[in-house]
Amino acid sequence: MRKPASTFVVHVILILYTILALFPIILVIMNSFKARKAIFGSPLALPTPSTFSLIGYDKVFGDNSIVSYYINSITVTGSTIFFTLLLGAMAAWALTEYKFRWNALLTLFLAIGIMVPIRLGSVAIIQLIVQMNLINTLTALILVYTAQNLPLSIFILSEFIAQIPKDLREAARCDGLSEYNIFFFIVLPLIRPAMATVAVFTMIPVWNDLWFPLLLAPTGGKQTITLGIQQFLGQYITDWNAVLAALSTAIIPVLILYIIFSRQLIRGLTSGAVK
Amino acid sequence: MSEVKIDKLCKSYGPVEVLRDIDLTVEDGSFVVLVGPSGCGKSTLLRSIAGLEPVSSGSMTIGGKTVNDLPPAQREIAMVFQSYALYPHMDVYSNMAFGLKFARTPKAEIDARVNEAARILQLEPLLKRRPRELSGGQRQRVAIGRAIVRKPQVFLFDEPLSNLDAALRINTRVEIAKLHKMLKATIVYVTHDQVEAMTLADKIVVMNKGRIEQSGEPLDLYYKPANIFVAGFIGSPAMNFLGATVKKNGAVTLVDGQELKLKTPTAAKAGQNITIGFRPEHTTLHGNKDLKFKGTVDIIERLGEMGFAHLRLSSGQTIIAEVRGDPGMDIGAATNIGLAEEHLHLFDGNGNRF
Repeated sequence: MRKPASTFVVHVILILYTILALFPIILVIMNSFKARKAIFGSPLALPTPSTFSLIGYDKVFGDNSIVSYYINSITVTGSTIFFTLLLGAMAAWALTEYKFRWNALLTLFLAIGIMVPIRLGSVAIIQLIVQMNLINTLTALILVYTAQNLPLSIFILSEFIAQIPKDLREAARCDGLSEYNIFFFIVLPLIRPAMATVAVFTMIPVWNDLWFPLLLAPTGGKQTITLGIQQFLGQYITDWNAVLAALSTAIIPVLILYIIFSRQLIRGLTSGAVK
Repeated sequence: MSEVKIDKLCKSYGPVEVLRDIDLTVEDGSFVVLVGPSGCGKSTLLRSIAGLEPVSSGSMTIGGKTVNDLPPAQREIAMVFQSYALYPHMDVYSNMAFGLKFARTPKAEIDARVNEAARILQLEPLLKRRPRELSGGQRQRVAIGRAIVRKPQVFLFDEPLSNLDAALRINTRVEIAKLHKMLKATIVYVTHDQVEAMTLADKIVVMNKGRIEQSGEPLDLYYKPANIFVAGFIGSPAMNFLGATVKKNGAVTLVDGQELKLKTPTAAKAGQNITIGFRPEHTTLHGNKDLKFKGTVDIIERLGEMGFAHLRLSSGQTIIAEVRGDPGMDIGAATNIGLAEEHLHLFDGNGNRF
């Protein structure tokens, strides 16, 4: 049992940190509902009836291309999560369960992928994507992001798969399941919490990334929302209403995905399997 | 017919031989128990029968069909694991129905089989529960139920009772014996508990260092152990062993010089070193029998209706004697232990029975 005093101190620190972390987000949301003059006049004030304005949202949703940028972002993020989880879990299962010749070497190779930042290979990636005729496509982004996220997800999922009792897999083999069915019906359900974790931290950097959209799909209506917002930022004039409104709405899809995955983060799913 | 026949089965991990020349027949409908100390290969043998471990050489047939290269599912076996290995994300019903679903059994058939198994094992009120909501004994029954619904030719049990507490273990042991009678199933059962082995088995197979030391009916192993290993393994407390030398006139001399007059087997030559063995339960106090041993009482373990007296002989060897009731002996007191000659086991220099 902790002392009440130390619990109090911990809570004060956590509350202060929460305020600090949420402050810029609240500022963005607050100002997205204000007229341009009020944004500059009193940036820290709440919108009042006289300063309230939806002009930013009007511009964002009035612009068809912005809506399609949202869809692009959702498509890229969703597909990346799907392929990262599917391929990552399959690779993790193979590397943990089966003993084959290059097993250790392959694991090491994938571990290197965690250490080396993928952006170092940007030039090579652009060349590759150009040669594959995939420039200005969402496919290019999905491929690059999946490759980027696979190593760490394999690493984490392997740890979890290794914790599944061996007897369970053998019981399933005795029950007549093929190796694929063991993977889909025994292994996947049991590593759901781990997959949710991987999904959450795959999703956020992908959604927020500006680098690869700028390099691989900068035009042709295939921009993601983070890139799309840049059209409101000009060298001489920046449409702050639209930028703030777009940023505010950009939070929503990623928030929904987070809520979905965080519900899966239930501990102790394997308890009761074996004594 | 669901006879299991194993012929010259060998298995090795690199240079380490885990199973050596295993010949074993499990008759249709019989209950065979594999016992032995840990690391003797009994679990490996069971897992080889299940198809979970590849074998190096030899052949295996189940119900007349050679199964060496078949995966576990096609061997028509069902295995009950020590850890139960229930699927944690499924309820009891799905756990039992899971294998059948993948075998494309019709829904009605699955339902009938699962309900039948649930009835036999008294699992009906638990069908909608998850494994984590069950007690150890209930999980054990679900694991057995999962085996029953598959209607296998052979049931394989891998130390199924070792995770249960003592009282439940005795109950479940009786349940398994009843189940065997009712289903007339062929069962191969691995345990290190010789009480389980003695009470359940039609045939006990004693294994040691990857080899079968002896196989036979439980009481045969008890009364006529083929060698020192089996003699020491079956029975609790273990058999007493004393080294001795055969004399010319048919008697033997113990290590401490004490002479015992007994009919030595004709195969025993004068001067040969042999081992004599006898069980604690065949001794009597105060030595009014054919053979006598002199010793001092080291310690007495009192269990109520009987006790075990540990005696130190003048050679320094310790023997255990069973005593009825309270022997009223003091520690350090000199006493005589008597034994009828018919209860003596004689083993040659290699540890084999004469």
